[in-house]
Amino acid sequence: MARLVILGAGIAGHTAALHARRKLGEDHEVVVVSPNSRWNWIPSNIWVGVGVMTPEQVTFPLAPVYEKTGVIFRQARAVSLHPEGDEGAARPYVMVESTEPGKSGARERVEYDYLINATGPRLQFDATEGLGPEKNSLSVCTAGHAAQASEALDEAVGRMRHGEQQSFLIGTGHGTCTCQGAAFEYLFNLEFELRRRGVRDRARIVWISNEHELGDFGMGGTFIRRGGYLTHSRVFTESLYTERGVEWITRAAVKQVDRGEVHYETLDGREESIQADFAMLLPPFSGVGLRAFDRDGAEITESLFAPSNFMYVDGQYAKKPYEEWLPSDWPETYRSPRYDNIHAVGIAFAPPHPISRPMFSPSGTPIYPTPPRTGMPSAVMARQVAFNIVDKMEGREGTTRTASMARMGAACIASAGASTLRGTAVSMTVYPIIPDFQKYPDTGRDIRYTSGEIGLAGHWIKHLLHFAFMYKAKARPFWTAIPE
Amino acid sequence: MSVRRPFEQSYYPPVPTPLTKAMRTNWVWQFVRFIVINIRMLRMVRMH
Repeated sequence: MARLVILGAGIAGHTAALHARRKLGEDHEVVVVSPNSRWNWIPSNIWVGVGVMTPEQVTFPLAPVYEKTGVIFRQARAVSLHPEGDEGAARPYVMVESTEPGKSGARERVEYDYLINATGPRLQFDATEGLGPEKNSLSVCTAGHAAQASEALDEAVGRMRHGEQQSFLIGTGHGTCTCQGAAFEYLFNLEFELRRRGVRDRARIVWISNEHELGDFGMGGTFIRRGGYLTHSRVFTESLYTERGVEWITRAAVKQVDRGEVHYETLDGREESIQADFAMLLPPFSGVGLRAFDRDGAEITESLFAPSNFMYVDGQYAKKPYEEWLPSDWPETYRSPRYDNIHAVGIAFAPPHPISRPMFSPSGTPIYPTPPRTGMPSAVMARQVAFNIVDKMEGREGTTRTASMARMGAACIASAGASTLRGTAVSMTVYPIIPDFQKYPDTGRDIRYTSGEIGLAGHWIKHLLHFAFMYKAKARPFWTAIPE
Repeated sequence: MSVRRPFEQSYYPPVPTPLTKAMRTNWVWQFVRFIVINIRMLRMVRMH
């Protein structure tokens, strides 16, 4: 018997757990360790944040699904890795700390033969003074945060109905944030909702982000064939902002969030402030801060994790200038270079470098997006890694499956307003995710497979995907027919 | 909502014509786009 332990039950961890359990025989164990008792379809949090869905509609309890599928569930957070065991334990193990009501804080060793680190991000609200739902800004990173944003929106609308003007600031709360797409979706759902509630004329809406240009989205933007031209996503994005009356500030690092006012530094070194009665600003991400120890108890965290606390895998991490970045720098198998039986997927793996070009202000503040690795790519790499581990656990010699983001495409639906008959969403496909300027010198991507358009059809698809992925995550009949 | 004034940031981007905007929520046209977008996305999925 062998045991696979998966840390995290988000999109990547849960995908890996369900696929591994489905493929493995009964004599093997799959254990999931997650501090959260509920699974969250994070892409729909933006709808919770504007009040068109409830937290219950975007989450469900994990325990019944794992009981049904035969996965062992520990509601706990991982504290430390011991890949060589220790004096008292021959097998490698993870020290976990329970988050279950009644057992909170109790520690337990969870031994493993294979480990997948899918712990996702730590939301670093503390990286910017005053940032976060416990301080002066809002977030949609969790269903709870989104519900709080929805309440704040209701209050702002109430004030507008009494004749007050309100200023809304949406975007990124630090110079190195990622997930601009989620903030973009929240921006346009908020704008749509203010129109629906009849108060749009009393709102000033401003976008603020660390992108060099609008439409970057952390992947350097993309080119799309339209109207006889190859046009950059910047043009389409600026067009949408103009059409919806949204102002934008790019190349900005938010430095401090006060109640009613946000202070930021621009790439050219200016220090600016802007009024914000309502600020939804995403935090930067880091790894969750796992520590690692060898058999003798010596700390080896630095050899397993990057300074950002994301885990090193099989990428090329040697520092080099933007001009020398290669698609082959990106990991393929997501295996730790130090321990063959440890993998990291989704946000938990350390990217070798950003996708967008790094930029710094005259004072040295980094102002550029870090690479997105959520959603579809995250689930695909989790599935491939799970299948590779299953082969090893069952003693099969097979081809190692790969999931390099440099050879992977992604489909993304970005909501721009939720309504069955009047809603819209941007439907995008990009291939590959990591631009390859050697293979595609002009655009970095294959234009045949890279597309984007906005319309009601996108909203229908986004809404259907919500139900499809909730169904799939509950492991209901024929769930494997729904792709990652 | 948009008010475009010369030399402001919103003056320069292209904006959709009324027909383009209407087609974005035209049920018949959007049903066609629904099929097309799904084919594109499935093609992407099958590459993995």
